[in-house]
Amino acid sequence: MSDVSEGPADTVEEVTGTGIPVRGNDIDTDQIIPARFMKVVTFDGLGQYSFFDQRFTEEDEEKDHPFNEERFQGANVLVVNSNFGCGSSREHAPQALMRWGIDAIIGESFAEIFAGNCLALGIPTLTADHESINALQQWVDNHPDEELHVDVVRETVEYDDTEMSANVDKAQHKALVEGVWDTTALMKANANAVRETAESLVYVADDEIPDVESADD
Amino acid sequence: MSEGTLYDKVWDAHEVTTLPTGQTQLFVGLHLIHEVTSPQAFGMLRERDIDVAYPELTHATVDHIVPTDDRSRPFKNDAAERMMAELEDNVREAGIEFDDPTTGNQGIVHVIGPEQGITQPGKTIVCGDSHTSTHGAFGAIAFGIGTSQIRDVLATQCIAMEKQKVRRIEVEGELGPGVGAKDVILEIIRRLGTDGGVGYVYEYAGEAIENLGMEGRMSICNMSIEGGARAGYVNPDETTYEWLADTDEFADQPEKFAEHKEYWESIRSEEDAEYDDVVTIDGSELEPVVTWGTTPGQGIGITDPIPDPEEMESGDADVARRAQKHMRVEPGETMAGYDIDVAFLGSCTNARLPDLRAAAEVVEGREVADDVRAFVVPGSQRVKAAAEAEGLDEVFTEAGFDWRDAGCSMCLGMNDDQLEGDEACASSSNRNFVGRQGSKDGRTVLMNPRMVAAAAVTGEVTDVRELKGVSLA
Repeated sequence: MSDVSEGPADTVEEVTGTGIPVRGNDIDTDQIIPARFMKVVTFDGLGQYSFFDQRFTEEDEEKDHPFNEERFQGANVLVVNSNFGCGSSREHAPQALMRWGIDAIIGESFAEIFAGNCLALGIPTLTADHESINALQQWVDNHPDEELHVDVVRETVEYDDTEMSANVDKAQHKALVEGVWDTTALMKANANAVRETAESLVYVADDEIPDVESADD
Repeated sequence: MSEGTLYDKVWDAHEVTTLPTGQTQLFVGLHLIHEVTSPQAFGMLRERDIDVAYPELTHATVDHIVPTDDRSRPFKNDAAERMMAELEDNVREAGIEFDDPTTGNQGIVHVIGPEQGITQPGKTIVCGDSHTSTHGAFGAIAFGIGTSQIRDVLATQCIAMEKQKVRRIEVEGELGPGVGAKDVILEIIRRLGTDGGVGYVYEYAGEAIENLGMEGRMSICNMSIEGGARAGYVNPDETTYEWLADTDEFADQPEKFAEHKEYWESIRSEEDAEYDDVVTIDGSELEPVVTWGTTPGQGIGITDPIPDPEEMESGDADVARRAQKHMRVEPGETMAGYDIDVAFLGSCTNARLPDLRAAAEVVEGREVADDVRAFVVPGSQRVKAAAEAEGLDEVFTEAGFDWRDAGCSMCLGMNDDQLEGDEACASSSNRNFVGRQGSKDGRTVLMNPRMVAAAAVTGEVTDVRELKGVSLA
């Protein structure tokens, strides 16, 4: 994909690659990317700040964190626990992870806005129960060089001799598998219906609705 | 599935069509933007040569990076200046109204919408900011969105989303003295969990909610997202209508007001509405709530002991152990007496006029404790002006508080207002995440504005009900 800011163009039916576990419930978006790195007007270069405060001390010395570990460099499947991505709506969080190299995330549960932001970038967020996730994290920890296979279509994760079932939200499944996720284009095509809805609402004044030409261009 | 709730009715009124993804294309009645999450969205539009479809329905302000002390341009911080300039270019090009600091209308995005009257019952309201749930206090369906969705809204005035379930949370009884909206929502999050609301919209109801003014309702809806619920709302009533009648949108326009009010009344949840879940809480049992940990769900009553991780389920226990180590607290202790270095009175949760009045009442005749940095950041320029008209600024400054200009400030430390090192902060904001207030070792204790004021003058977390001469009305 040449230009990530345009959004993914094709389907994401599967992701194959090595894994990286980040353990803990309630990992919030301030941890994924601290706010001070958001004083930017593009998403370029955010990857290096992923989990920054978990990875570096005040003196910029490395702390223990999977994202710092040599054995996990090049991993593209992130395995997390529950309520991952809670907190702010910042799309900078999945943008940073994506730019670090993450292509899919498997976890016990995700905060809604975070999961929606991931979908907009074509990053599947699959969920599975606590035991399955723990087992997967342990396996990834022990086998950092071995690939796992995330099958979005069949909603499974295959690793070693294990096939683990994982849930993909219905709309996400459709968007990723059928490649219908350019919501801008999808919705723009319905400009007339949008206008009708706008006109039906008492609080939208006539002069706040653009003329037909500009709405249908 | 819910039926006959405000959420169902507003959803239906804004449904444009069903998309091939199975999602609903939902019309957005009000789009609010600020400088942090919008520039990339404008960039995406430019790349695709798409114009903003409904510029009249988008409204901009600057809040996250704006300094609260010296606001002369260019801002001292280059990155902040760049973001401000980018926003100025974007709104000018698109023809979007912008409440910049020279207008006197600037402020935190979730403070200015309601005070200008553009936040209204029955609207769908979105913003690239998770605390957009605040606007639900007026009976709007309001929620935070990501930057790609901001692009969608700018391009089409719609978003693609799936309908959610509705949980009614009834807070019965009368709140006790010194107990406010902030305590109610912290208790709700403590009980239902930080992810308890995922997949739900919260409808807040019951005597304790109905008795709150609009500001208190906003504090509650504001923190819905901390409980995992993307949106939360209160059905509109006379309190709501009284607020709206005085705003820019409706003052001196009785006909327009009457026409809108008819719509507002029509979207209230029916008496026999069906909910996916109902939770009841006895508000009369609550005391001031403070957090002991690093998620907003880790709260306790001010006289309650800090819980023991050994008595929790494994996932929660791990989070609690890490939190207690970070905060340097022990199970069994109460939070009363916890030393603080900073008192922050501000944020989209608690920086409106009644919040400042309540805090000022505690502060009056007292002084900020030695070695405590205390400051007030009003939620908007209008809140600041109104507070000054009542002399609240003098109450605060005489006590030793800094009196600042409006912005998000130390809620998330994107401007110069940040914790340093391992400072502990009594904060009226909404998130106590590690690193949230600008220092990765900083420690945040969330509490209501009166409690922040009490902590400021004693230098430690204090039960405001024990301070002499405070009416707590």
